[in-house]
Amino acid sequence: MAKLESTFLNMFLTLLTVTAISSLGAGVVYNLTKEPIAEVARQKQQRAIEQVMPGFDEYRRFAVMPANGQDSLIFFEGTKDGEVIGVAVNTYTNLGYSGLIKLMVGFRPDGTIVNYEVLDHKETPGLGSKIAEGFKEQFSGKNPVDFKLTVTKDGGEVDAITAATISSRAVCDALSRAFVTYEEVKKQQNQ
Amino acid sequence: MDQMKNFTKGFFKDNPVFVMLLGMCPTLATTSSAINGLGMGIATTFVLTMANIVISLIKNLVPDKVRIPIFIVVVASFVTIVDLVMAGYAPALHAQLGIFIPLIVVNCIVLGRAEAFASRNNVFSSMIDGLGMGLGFAMALTLLGSVREMLGNYSLFGHKFIQTDGILVFILSPGAFIALGFLIALINKVTKKV
Repeated sequence: MAKLESTFLNMFLTLLTVTAISSLGAGVVYNLTKEPIAEVARQKQQRAIEQVMPGFDEYRRFAVMPANGQDSLIFFEGTKDGEVIGVAVNTYTNLGYSGLIKLMVGFRPDGTIVNYEVLDHKETPGLGSKIAEGFKEQFSGKNPVDFKLTVTKDGGEVDAITAATISSRAVCDALSRAFVTYEEVKKQQNQ
Repeated sequence: MDQMKNFTKGFFKDNPVFVMLLGMCPTLATTSSAINGLGMGIATTFVLTMANIVISLIKNLVPDKVRIPIFIVVVASFVTIVDLVMAGYAPALHAQLGIFIPLIVVNCIVLGRAEAFASRNNVFSSMIDGLGMGLGFAMALTLLGSVREMLGNYSLFGHKFIQTDGILVFILSPGAFIALGFLIALINKVTKKV
């Protein structure tokens, strides 16, 4: 079969057909995978809540606008036998090396950090990506009231990841935002 | 054409990374560890093979003057499909490799093979060519990733063999250039090109 001539009409029709078929294919796959992808995200969030707020029966979900930030934080207040045992906060920061980082952090009612889980990040693999690994251990059991949530370089108490100070700072920023907002929420609840 | 030769040329004679020096951007960016290199290589192999098959099927219907945009559209569609399917059905793998998948579109090996091979050969040869080139690329990336991980983190595939921080520069971008340069020099020495 001879090759199609490069006339205007031929070029126009071929490009149109190829792009139409490709977009159709991508669209069909998008629709097929939409539900599984949403399900994966839900499971991830659920697992993160269980990680940072162990032992709850049920939780109440509410959104709070932080004092310094463009988007609201999602709070999951966990109770066991009617008693509040803590809160999991879906927090974020824009200070990451590659932009947005989303974390789920758990606090006890007195504000002590239980743990955090990274929900989403685009940090450098092998460097900034360590925020999801050993780096987070130093936060559990610390209360930001007497544990300064900034890296040692900035006069705080957090040991930054070697060669990933920016990512470490970003995590501190996200955690402080969650902590400060949680303190505000508690103040309002006690009134 | 001898299909065996067609398959193995991607590993040594025409290796995309070590001989043709194509696709340097993902090569340097994703090889900070052996597992990342391997994952990127396998994802690229899939896209390269599928794109080669489709392009050799439609090669006679594509007017010469618009062939490049059409090849790119085909490649980009496969990358989107791989990305979505992985996110939905293999979330653990996607969490590891997710950030590299969109990079496959800009990998000039894929476009290079479409232009240099698939648009001139039959479907079967193109499929073998895609597989061979893809696996050759995967081998090169795994090798480079292993070297960088061993020097930079004292570990291989995540298993640490010296319990201390490595020579950090090999994980960072300059280390990618240094390691790649020495690897190519070594390969040229062994194959007696220099």
